[in-house]
Amino acid sequence: MAVEPLIFELSKPGRRGIRFPEPDVPETELPAELQRDRLDWPEVSEIDVIRHYTRLSQKNHAIDINFYPLGSCTMKYNPKINEAVVRDPRFANLHPLQDPATAQGVLQLMYELQEMLAEISGFSAVTLQPAAGAHGELTGVLIARAYHAERGDTARRKILVPDSAHGTNPATAAMAGFEVVTLPSDERGNVDLAALRQLVGPDTAALMITNPNTLGLWDEHIQEVVQIVHEAGGLVYNDGANFNAILGIARPGDLGIDIMHFNLHKTFSTPHGGGGPGSGPVGVRAGLEAYLPSPHLRKVETDGETRYEWYEPERSIGRIHSFYGNVGMHIRAYTYIRMHGAAGLRQVSEDAVLAANYLLANLRDRFEVAYDRTCMHEFVLSATRQKRNGVRALDIAKRLLDFGVHPPTVYFPLIVSEALMIEPTETESKESLDNFIAAMRQIADEAENSPEVVTSAPHNTEYKRLDEVSANRNLNLRWRPSQEPKVPVAAD
Amino acid sequence: MSSPQDLRYTRTHEWVRVEGELATIGITDYAQNELGDITYLELPEVGSEITQNEPLGVVESVKAASDIYAPISGQVVERNETVIDSPDLLNRSPYEEAWLLRIRPTDPSQIEALMSAEEYDAFATQAAH
Repeated sequence: MAVEPLIFELSKPGRRGIRFPEPDVPETELPAELQRDRLDWPEVSEIDVIRHYTRLSQKNHAIDINFYPLGSCTMKYNPKINEAVVRDPRFANLHPLQDPATAQGVLQLMYELQEMLAEISGFSAVTLQPAAGAHGELTGVLIARAYHAERGDTARRKILVPDSAHGTNPATAAMAGFEVVTLPSDERGNVDLAALRQLVGPDTAALMITNPNTLGLWDEHIQEVVQIVHEAGGLVYNDGANFNAILGIARPGDLGIDIMHFNLHKTFSTPHGGGGPGSGPVGVRAGLEAYLPSPHLRKVETDGETRYEWYEPERSIGRIHSFYGNVGMHIRAYTYIRMHGAAGLRQVSEDAVLAANYLLANLRDRFEVAYDRTCMHEFVLSATRQKRNGVRALDIAKRLLDFGVHPPTVYFPLIVSEALMIEPTETESKESLDNFIAAMRQIADEAENSPEVVTSAPHNTEYKRLDEVSANRNLNLRWRPSQEPKVPVAAD
Repeated sequence: MSSPQDLRYTRTHEWVRVEGELATIGITDYAQNELGDITYLELPEVGSEITQNEPLGVVESVKAASDIYAPISGQVVERNETVIDSPDLLNRSPYEEAWLLRIRPTDPSQIEALMSAEEYDAFATQAAH
């Protein structure tokens, strides 16, 4: 297949997709100062546009094409009924500036989603405003800051973050003006309790924990961790990135967690990656509702009439998003929850955990396992055994492309050398999981017997090994139009 | 693994070389190897103060971005502009051409407390597993 030209390079002077009829009203000239004589827009026909973007889409990997075990990202299938519902003109044609009295349907849906998320997680109240996970973290940490400031407790300058955390956790803490203190993990992949006791104190604003953590492990001492931080006067923030493992099984609110974000684009099946946008609602325990972002949605009943209205919580941290968050994602997540029901959501988590353990059980004899326990929804292999033959985690990831699957997350979490982080999600069949196991076992064989097959992969893809180093060192992010468009390259 | 004998080392994979009243610091061969191809480097200005165990800069590779920690406290008297322009030097010559900073140590006894080459090699071998 040939290199796909840019849409600009397909341009031919005078070509167009649409021809308007002659105007039946008098023409009015634009003022001269608003006119320009050159506009570098591509001039292409409708079929040029359709073919160009269809070809581009075929070069992509997507969950709709094949297996996508990108650990920590929960690339689960996005049910198409979500799209049918969100495209209903009664949702799709709404405008955020219209009078809320004329948008009661969508407000009811959003209010009910708040209530459902609160019930699933055990929190007192939920805001739907944040646009994605890291935005939810920032919202949560600003709530923690406001909570301490309100009580005049301004000495709390530090936020504890385990060394297995997503990089967004320390970044969020720093962005909110806190000092980050890194917490080591113990030999079973839990938070090191002795280190926690030593580091926690009257300067602790919060602990940001991810549970299950990025090793795919449930912290075996979560209740003690929460207790230690609470006794020191700090709050516990849970990064809900891995909530897909515990739906209907454990509720973070019941464990004493104070604040948590949800990733609707992970756990609740809204589009992810390039398809986004994301959505990162935040739940808080009783006593923290007044700090939620503004506006917040409430249900008001007067004289037997029910209506839904926006209001500003009493000690709100303020606005964190224009309008009302990524409402299209709220509609999809609501649909997902309603389609599954309580029992169905529990089944989601049970199947996600079962699928991950099935893969782990069939791979642990060929790859090192960093912390070899029963895993939750994901697990982390290490390619240290393969590295002795010169095969790195990156090479294994590239070789997997030859089998038509998306590689797992590599080199994360940072505490595992040559990490391969694998998350199958609940939506894969046994055949799909078995295919992945067979591919990984074949790659393990190749790493032993013919390592060059792996280190020179991929072999079956349109592009071979890309020069990622040059791409990083010599960034070239902007295409500049030339006077003479290049001749399009025909597909072979 | 056998790191240069004349340097002192930290658990965060930096090295220190004493040169009269000054000390030169950099990152170890193990560190550059773990990071992979290095693409970007950020270092403090000449004249700024660095504090032991606090981040002094950032190194980025195609795999990850990591803090570089100050092995000792002191004032920056010179920095290696060549390695900032060509961070791939860190992959090729971590102990010589890709030195990062020359500093005037606040407390020279901090250097003595760092690991010897043998101690660091044992530590890094352990960390690799």
